Amino acid sequence: MSTIVLLAVTGLGLAALYFLVASGLSLVFGLADVLNFAHGLFLSVGAYATWWAADFMPVEAAVLVGVAAGVATAVLVELILIRPLYRRTIEQVLVTVGLSLAGVALLQSVFGADPRPFPRPTWVEGVVPVFGARIPADRFLLIGAALLVFVALAAFLRYTRYGLIVRAGVENREMVTALGIDVRKAFTLVFAIGGAAAALAGSLAGIYFTTVSPGTGGSLLIFAFIVVVIGGMGSVPGSAVAAILVALLQQFVNYYGGSGAGDVCVVALLAVVLLWRPKGLAKA
Amino acid sequence: MRRWLPWGLALVLALLPFGQAFNAPGTLNLLALCLVFAGLAAGYDLLFGRTGLLSFGHALYFAIGAYLTVILMNHGFALPVAALLAILSGVVVAALLGAVALRVDGIAFSMVTLAFAQVGAIIVARDPGGLTGGEEGATIAKGMPDALVGVVNTVNLYWLALAYLVVVLVVLHRVGRSPAGRVLSAIRDDARRVGVLGLSPYRYKLMSFVLAGALAALGGTVYVLVVGGASPHLASSDLTLTLLVMVVLGGPGSRFGPALGGALFTFLDYQLTDYATDLPGPLAQPMFVLGVVFILAVYFFPGGLARIGVTLPGWLRRPARQEA
Repeated sequence: MSTIVLLAVTGLGLAALYFLVASGLSLVFGLADVLNFAHGLFLSVGAYATWWAADFMPVEAAVLVGVAAGVATAVLVELILIRPLYRRTIEQVLVTVGLSLAGVALLQSVFGADPRPFPRPTWVEGVVPVFGARIPADRFLLIGAALLVFVALAAFLRYTRYGLIVRAGVENREMVTALGIDVRKAFTLVFAIGGAAAALAGSLAGIYFTTVSPGTGGSLLIFAFIVVVIGGMGSVPGSAVAAILVALLQQFVNYYGGSGAGDVCVVALLAVVLLWRPKGLAKA
Repeated sequence: MRRWLPWGLALVLALLPFGQAFNAPGTLNLLALCLVFAGLAAGYDLLFGRTGLLSFGHALYFAIGAYLTVILMNHGFALPVAALLAILSGVVVAALLGAVALRVDGIAFSMVTLAFAQVGAIIVARDPGGLTGGEEGATIAKGMPDALVGVVNTVNLYWLALAYLVVVLVVLHRVGRSPAGRVLSAIRDDARRVGVLGLSPYRYKLMSFVLAGALAALGGTVYVLVVGGASPHLASSDLTLTLLVMVVLGGPGSRFGPALGGALFTFLDYQLTDYATDLPGPLAQPMFVLGVVFILAVYFFPGGLARIGVTLPGWLRRPARQEA
């Protein structure tokens, strides 16, 4: 029983990471049709900025520096690299691919290829007993952060004018443009949101895995892609549900079925969802 | 005249090892590797440039060809049998996974192929039954024909790699000129219209996907013979991304552009790794340099090297026009 609880909570912690990466990816894709391979780079930039800043300030504040760095990177990438290629989807993907290759190499040259120990706030070091299981406290930090982001995103999309534009733009971009609204401002906005969520995920991944390396972003990105496709592109709740599904499946099967089996199961789930609902869970 | 030009070029490449400057085994090995990646990039372009399918999982078929050849040879199969079985497996896996992945279009297809290929990378890394060797990779321990063993015979490996490139280019040329090849370019330009004309885009896309998978598996077999073994990098998504970079730098959809891009990229990657380590900062990282070149190429030289005769004069003329 305690094993099951531990696996479930750890799985939810992983789900939190997947959701933070996937929600931005999904919004960017849903609105701007950009498959953003550089999203993993935003994550790594956030993680390394936090790692760097933690020398001068408490970790909690350093995470904010990381998020700011992630937002700045994302906005710069959108304005300088993505915007000139507006409506040329393939070229945009190619640019983000080049950026992810060059960006990881750049991080490697600055911080070295080896994993660096990541600073952790002292209050996540302990364990919390839940139903007889001893759960490391950092799992709850991850889950809490993802819940907060989920609620904030949902409120933003539901109650603000820009949220309305983003939702309408995902639904039908031409129509929003025809109404005289400059959708491209919303593109920058979703990139900024995605960059913030990804950078937060980077810091949390550093706390969760206890180290940070230039490849961290890339390895999380692939599962985030899977979450986005299963959840339905452009849907934040879809990403949330898919993230939980994918992470729990992965945790449990990896534990009971041998290491690696869970990852394979996740891809099998993707195949099943595609055959059954090609547009993802959110879109019937 | 133009018809014979490619064959003349192939002849020059075939005679290259007789020149003094190229006859060192190290040089020949690097050139052979360039030729393998030239063929691989050309095969990938069947999907990207000619059918308009952006697959992020091409490394899977390359890795299947490479690893199965090594594993089967180490289990006592003769090279031709091992190669044939490896390529057949590549075909079967491409047919099965392609049938699922092609149910979605565009970017979703890219993500799904990426996910499928990730399974290959995971299996290779987990080393099931000690077959793939995990991080270490697998080396060919026995069964190499005498003609391919030893420094003296490096030239035979070079010719083998050249033969692979020629096979890929001939197959692509044949396909491109066949009715099916015309359907493929029509799908690239407008898949819906092909559907309206009463043809099934799905079937033609699957055909293209399987053929590209077979060519990649064959490339994997040739690669392990040239290098002597397979490493986990072959199955990684980074390998597919570099293939994409090669094709875009060379010129997607053009006859020789992707092969040229593949050869040039591989050559630069190795040369930069050797010489650039003294350079300051990020310039010492080959991937940084190549990634930046790639981004610049996407902006300023669409069509890659194959169209540089058109795009470069355009850029050179532009400032003059502003002054006028």
